[in-house]
Amino acid sequence: MTAVAAPRQAPDLREAKGWRRSKNRIMTILMVAAFVITLIPLGFVLFTVIAKGASIISWQFLTGSPIPPNVLPAGIGGMWPAVLGTLLITGLATLMAVPLGVLGAIYLNEYGGRGWLAALIGFMSDVMTGVPSIVMGLFIFSIWVLHFGYSGLAGAFALGCLMLPIVIRSSYEMLRLVPDPLREASYALGATKSRVTLTVVLPAALGGIVSGALLAIARAAGETAPLLFTILVVSTPNANVFSGPNTSLPSQIFSNATQPYVGAQDRGWGAALTLIAICFILMIAARIVTARFTRYSR
Amino acid sequence: MKADPASPAGSAPLSQQRPLGDRGFQILALASGLLVLVILVLIAVSTSQQAASWFSTEGLKIFTNNWDPATNHFGVLGFIYGTALTALIAVILAVPVSVGIALLLTEVVPYRWSRPIVYVVDLLAVVPSVVWGLWGILVFVPWIQHIYASVGSGVNGVPVLGALFGPPTSGASFLTAGIILAFMITPIVTSLSREVIATVPQIDREGAYALGATRWEMITGAVWPHSQGGVVGAVLLGLGRAMGETIAAALVIGSAVNVITTHLTVPGYNMPAVIANQFGEASGTFRAGLMGLGVLLFVFTIIINVLARGIVERSARRKRGA
Repeated sequence: MTAVAAPRQAPDLREAKGWRRSKNRIMTILMVAAFVITLIPLGFVLFTVIAKGASIISWQFLTGSPIPPNVLPAGIGGMWPAVLGTLLITGLATLMAVPLGVLGAIYLNEYGGRGWLAALIGFMSDVMTGVPSIVMGLFIFSIWVLHFGYSGLAGAFALGCLMLPIVIRSSYEMLRLVPDPLREASYALGATKSRVTLTVVLPAALGGIVSGALLAIARAAGETAPLLFTILVVSTPNANVFSGPNTSLPSQIFSNATQPYVGAQDRGWGAALTLIAICFILMIAARIVTARFTRYSR
Repeated sequence: MKADPASPAGSAPLSQQRPLGDRGFQILALASGLLVLVILVLIAVSTSQQAASWFSTEGLKIFTNNWDPATNHFGVLGFIYGTALTALIAVILAVPVSVGIALLLTEVVPYRWSRPIVYVVDLLAVVPSVVWGLWGILVFVPWIQHIYASVGSGVNGVPVLGALFGPPTSGASFLTAGIILAFMITPIVTSLSREVIATVPQIDREGAYALGATRWEMITGAVWPHSQGGVVGAVLLGLGRAMGETIAAALVIGSAVNVITTHLTVPGYNMPAVIANQFGEASGTFRAGLMGLGVLLFVFTIIINVLARGIVERSARRKRGA
């Protein structure tokens, strides 16, 4: 497998010439082209969302209420119910998924070691990141919504299920980077394992864990599919996340996207810009945390 | 918590000498780890239960191309075809680009340039699915339908191309969904391919250069044989993502049921999109059928992900050991 098959001519210490050189050039240009090709849709989407959303977004759009019916033009009411819903539901999902995910990662790295159970959990957690988000929605619908009704909490459960494996993976990678001598030094001082983990290992990996968690939150904040059958859609703010239907920015974009009314589409673009701004802020925060607070990196 | 001088580093057995808090924490961590397995089992059990009446009333007819809630027919073959087709289009479009970027990052550009490129590619993943969908339906579909129409009339009657791109054409179609899905899976395929390619030993590269290989010859001779397997795994993971991606597909795929055709530019449906669009109004066997689609989707993606992760892990381990 490792045998080098490519140079068919006799080894030649001079620089490659002719077709060999051209082929090398062409392939390098194609690689650069591959990157440029991805810039086109990205630039196109960001440009459209900013161009169309910027004229819609105002203080009133973000904090006004209720969300008006589709036929009304933009400028009446506002998206506050959706902004509130997104913040509450994503926040609640974070409160559930991040502690559990970090604890799971601690098990994988500090306790599980090379055992079969840790290997199985690690593997299945990676597999779980591939479970479609809509399936998470159906899952929470069948075990929670059917018995307790629609609520922000149900949506938070679904988003939490999505975030959990992402948090486990990123935290595990960070814990793995903490050097063993740090642990050994604390054991030598007589600390128990839980104490070593909580006061030495976890703080050492905190920067990376926080930045991984922020990226998981950004991913969850933009998800629509798990919320479709767990929170429904309402047009007035529902601050009680534990009962009654709720709404979110992605749900509003989804329901406005297929409307023929200009007002509805405008609200869709405004909500899209708000959502992208939230996701980007989270991502930039993650980068800053990584750059400033990460002690160990690959 | 009191210090426990009797526990040696790392390998303390669960003895009575360990303080309660210490054992409690271990159990808590274990429970959180097990939660992953519990959730996966619960997903399988609870959704299958909800879908049971569909499996039992329809029997093997679930695999016919006949989805008609009005007459109580719930065959999902068309959706399975749509899922496979759109995911395949996405992979065919995204893989060359992703592998190209991965090679660019690992083999061509210097390290300080590679980070900004990674950031930019990752931005594609930060744009939420629903925003891709909104842009897709309001901007991309109206723009591309003219291209479809002119290409369609151009290739009409040409043997293979005519069957793929010929009229009738529509902006919201399998192909459009596949293109949008390709944008969305590019970051993950890129980052996984990059990880795999990074495990190729530096000495192999140097050996190829020492023999006088150009960079491209070094890539095909030294890097590719080493990373082939892992890249296949990355591609499979991308396929799994594309199969499960819901909202963007739901908005741009055109929402036409029972479409099985060689034409790529006609409206159709895939599994996640039909669940998203029809679940709200469903009840009884209809709802059970959509749940069943969810079960099938879950099974398909789990199989693909287990395969893919297995391949990626095995190739990464073998290369590291070598």
